[in-house]
Amino acid sequence: MRRSSDDRWFRIGTGVFPALVLAIAAGIAYELTTDSMLSIRKFGLSFWTGKTWDPVSGVFGGYPFIWGTLYSSILALILSTPIALGIAIFISELSPRMLRTPLTYLTELLAAIPSIVYGLWGIFVLTPLIRKLEVLTPDWLKKVPLFSGPPVGVGMGTAAVILSIMVVPFTSSVAREILKNVPVAQREAAYALGATRWEAIKVAIGYGKTGMIGAIMLGLGRALGETMAVTMVIGNAPIVSLSLFKPQYTMAAVIANEFTEAADELYLHALIEIGLLLFIITIVVNVLSRLLIWTATRRFARVIVMPAAVEEPEEAVA
Amino acid sequence: MRKLVFAAILLAFVACKPSETTTGTTETSSTAATATAAPVRLQGAGSTFDTPLFSKVFDAYQKQGGAEVNYQSIGSGGGVQQLIKGVVDFGASDFPLNDEQTKAAEAAGGPVVHVPITMGAVSIGYNLPVDGLKLDGPALADIYLGKITKWNDRKIAALNPGVKLPDTAVAVVHRAEGSGTTFIFTSYLAAISPEWKSKVGAAGSVQWPVGIGAKGSEGVSGQVLNTPGGIGYFEMAYANQNHIKSALLKNADGQFVAPSVQGAADAGAGAAANMPADLKAVFVNAAGPTSYPIAGFSWIIVFQHQKDATKGQAIVNMLKYVVHDGQQFAQALDYAPLPKPVQDLDDKAIASITVGGQP
Amino acid sequence: MSYVTRRKIVSRVMEILCGVAVILALLPLAAILFYVLSQGASSLNLAFFTQMPKPVGETGGGMANAIVGTLILIGLAALFAVPVGMLCGIHLSEYSNSPFSSVVRFAADVLNGVPSIVVGIFAYGLVVLPVRRFSALAGGVALGLLMIPIVVRTTEELLRLVPGGLREGALALGATRRRAVFSVIVPAALPGILTGILVAIARVAGETAPLLFTSFNNHFFTTNIMQPMSSLTVQVYTYAISPYEDWHRQAWAGAFLLVLIILSLSIAARLAVRRLERMNRP
Repeated sequence: MRRSSDDRWFRIGTGVFPALVLAIAAGIAYELTTDSMLSIRKFGLSFWTGKTWDPVSGVFGGYPFIWGTLYSSILALILSTPIALGIAIFISELSPRMLRTPLTYLTELLAAIPSIVYGLWGIFVLTPLIRKLEVLTPDWLKKVPLFSGPPVGVGMGTAAVILSIMVVPFTSSVAREILKNVPVAQREAAYALGATRWEAIKVAIGYGKTGMIGAIMLGLGRALGETMAVTMVIGNAPIVSLSLFKPQYTMAAVIANEFTEAADELYLHALIEIGLLLFIITIVVNVLSRLLIWTATRRFARVIVMPAAVEEPEEAVA
Repeated sequence: MRKLVFAAILLAFVACKPSETTTGTTETSSTAATATAAPVRLQGAGSTFDTPLFSKVFDAYQKQGGAEVNYQSIGSGGGVQQLIKGVVDFGASDFPLNDEQTKAAEAAGGPVVHVPITMGAVSIGYNLPVDGLKLDGPALADIYLGKITKWNDRKIAALNPGVKLPDTAVAVVHRAEGSGTTFIFTSYLAAISPEWKSKVGAAGSVQWPVGIGAKGSEGVSGQVLNTPGGIGYFEMAYANQNHIKSALLKNADGQFVAPSVQGAADAGAGAAANMPADLKAVFVNAAGPTSYPIAGFSWIIVFQHQKDATKGQAIVNMLKYVVHDGQQFAQALDYAPLPKPVQDLDDKAIASITVGGQP
Repeated sequence: MSYVTRRKIVSRVMEILCGVAVILALLPLAAILFYVLSQGASSLNLAFFTQMPKPVGETGGGMANAIVGTLILIGLAALFAVPVGMLCGIHLSEYSNSPFSSVVRFAADVLNGVPSIVVGIFAYGLVVLPVRRFSALAGGVALGLLMIPIVVRTTEELLRLVPGGLREGALALGATRRRAVFSVIVPAALPGILTGILVAIARVAGETAPLLFTSFNNHFFTTNIMQPMSSLTVQVYTYAISPYEDWHRQAWAGAFLLVLIILSLSIAARLAVRRLERMNRP
């Protein structure tokens, strides 16, 4: 029948495009793997424990970058999560109705600022500020590994601060959605039992616990992939250190800095292998986060999903 | 059955894409060949050492009717890499290709020609409220090895009697990527410090014991400018253009010399007189009372056998311009103009560039 | 102090802390916007928009090539991402229960989370290496890949929101699925889809990392997509890390322009969303 064949061609015709998307996702994974084969074969698993990054003698170890990425992201989470949760709670529970939209909009503005602008501000405003703080640290505090190192301004600490600012809107936006979706009955039950406002809020958070973790993980995913703002303020030195002052390096930053000039195949493959690991880590974190958020919101009535409200948190602008 | 159809359509789509891009390339090269009125475009990349000079020279070249030369300052290592990959028409580097790179280049496109196009001094820039800071090789090596961490260290004080040095921490800045400037600098350090030579070595890209990595000489000078107590190495032009103080270095003869065009020229004079056949000469820590110890050549590197006649001609014209007329800009921008013997050797090298067997 | 009073105090303190959190988050926002505005707006002059960069060390010059470059790159990205994304979204919403669709949805989510620099590596291998040249096309492809997941998601969600009655009406009138979708359902959801596209464009307009080794950079003015092309983001980066005062000034101006473009797109998207909400409310 003409109608069903037309329908069939419709299905196939439009089906090309999802297949293309699938092919692209698979293609990225494939290309990252094949283009890092030289490095994988040469170093194997020791790539991930090797601390030496020496392009000249052809010895590559990715450990400093993994450390830098994880350390900076975790620091960023420590700084950003309380603030993001605070914002989410404030906007959804505490603020006067009138303020809700402007505050929401303002936090989303934080997400809209491109990372290069963050980097620019980081270099010229934040770094001198942090440098002044670093110079002021008393000597006894400098003995603590966390604060050891040259007080130059650029370093892990500055990168963590900038990352945390960039992560806040993502975490808070999802946290807000979660809180919004907690059934009113839960809160009313808490109040009925004589809870203070804060205790009722704690109940709501507890109810949406899974989603909250998902929100935090979303922030983590965002921090892991950030490139430009980090490379402009972290000092770009492949060092492993707990110090907030010392310059360090992240996976994304080393790729950005050294990709165009990897002078031989092994160097290029080593860089791409780092890209491969970054790819895998961010996928795992993002998938987990989505799973958690989906589990938490599944039971509730489907809110009209506005592109601006929910799509933006999941972007990984870098 | 449906899956087969999907696969077929996908394959067709994928197969279509590459041809789309190849028609793009052939189209641009044919327009370049046919339309002599349309500007020929050359793509170059590499050394940030040369950038201030190139920036001016290529701008002038284009204004007087030459090709549009788009030069990207990504570091000598990058320039070499992009040349080997065939993504740029020429690379600029302050370190000559080593054996491995030469092999890779030859595998990619045949032998390469090194054309020295300028000499320059590497400034040791610093950010302190002190004028005329004096340093010597060993002190510099200790700073970059991380042994000297404060500016008022006695080793520095010994070199600068009577000068009040502040208690600021030394913020060491180096290149994050492969760089010819790094090569010249580390060659110097390796020449005067056996410890440096064994621990770190001399190359375009090394394992820095300490310091912040910045991108390009622009990045290093920018970082030094922004960081009180900073010290970094970059071509003299960057120091002068941005009013960054340069340290006076003790040269091989024991004199404290500031970086200057003359200092670089004097350092290079000896090398210029005895250039090796492949034009790969390095002259750090040169003898001579006025020689500046950290200076070197910078080369433009091209494949000897060009595939495209128009492009090859454009490259040759550009090289001739840079080696001769372009040198007029060198002095004002703090580069040493090429001495005559080098220019002659350059001309010979340029003449050796061929397309299909003809220059 | 009684137990109840203590709890009340704790509650109050926590509420205040939440307010403090809001202020702490808005402070950097204000600082960034303030600096971008004050440093950038003053450097925006006609020359900025119309001139090319001057040789290193000379003052003056502008970012005309970078501005045009960014527009071309965004255009290429949209050209690539919009058809692919929309048609993919259409398929997913029409056949949303098939296992194929679930897999594709997962793939789109994966694509969404890929750091932009990794996408840049992919585009380098795909477009730059085969033709051995950096090109705006490669940059456009990289940006387009980043846009696709957003467009797919938005299209799918909005098509699902179209009232079922509309689709059933079309089918009842004897339309084929194709007809029903393209003539009735998509037009109904179009404003929302366009909004999603605006959001996607706003996201990629600010990207720098993937462009570093795809479209690279170009001091000259060009509109040839097979040439490397300058872009606002890469130019701001190059200027920012340089030592030249004049370049710093221009970097702020470029940042100002970028923020302006992205904000306008976001505001336009938001306004469209609000109108859409009003339309969909029963």
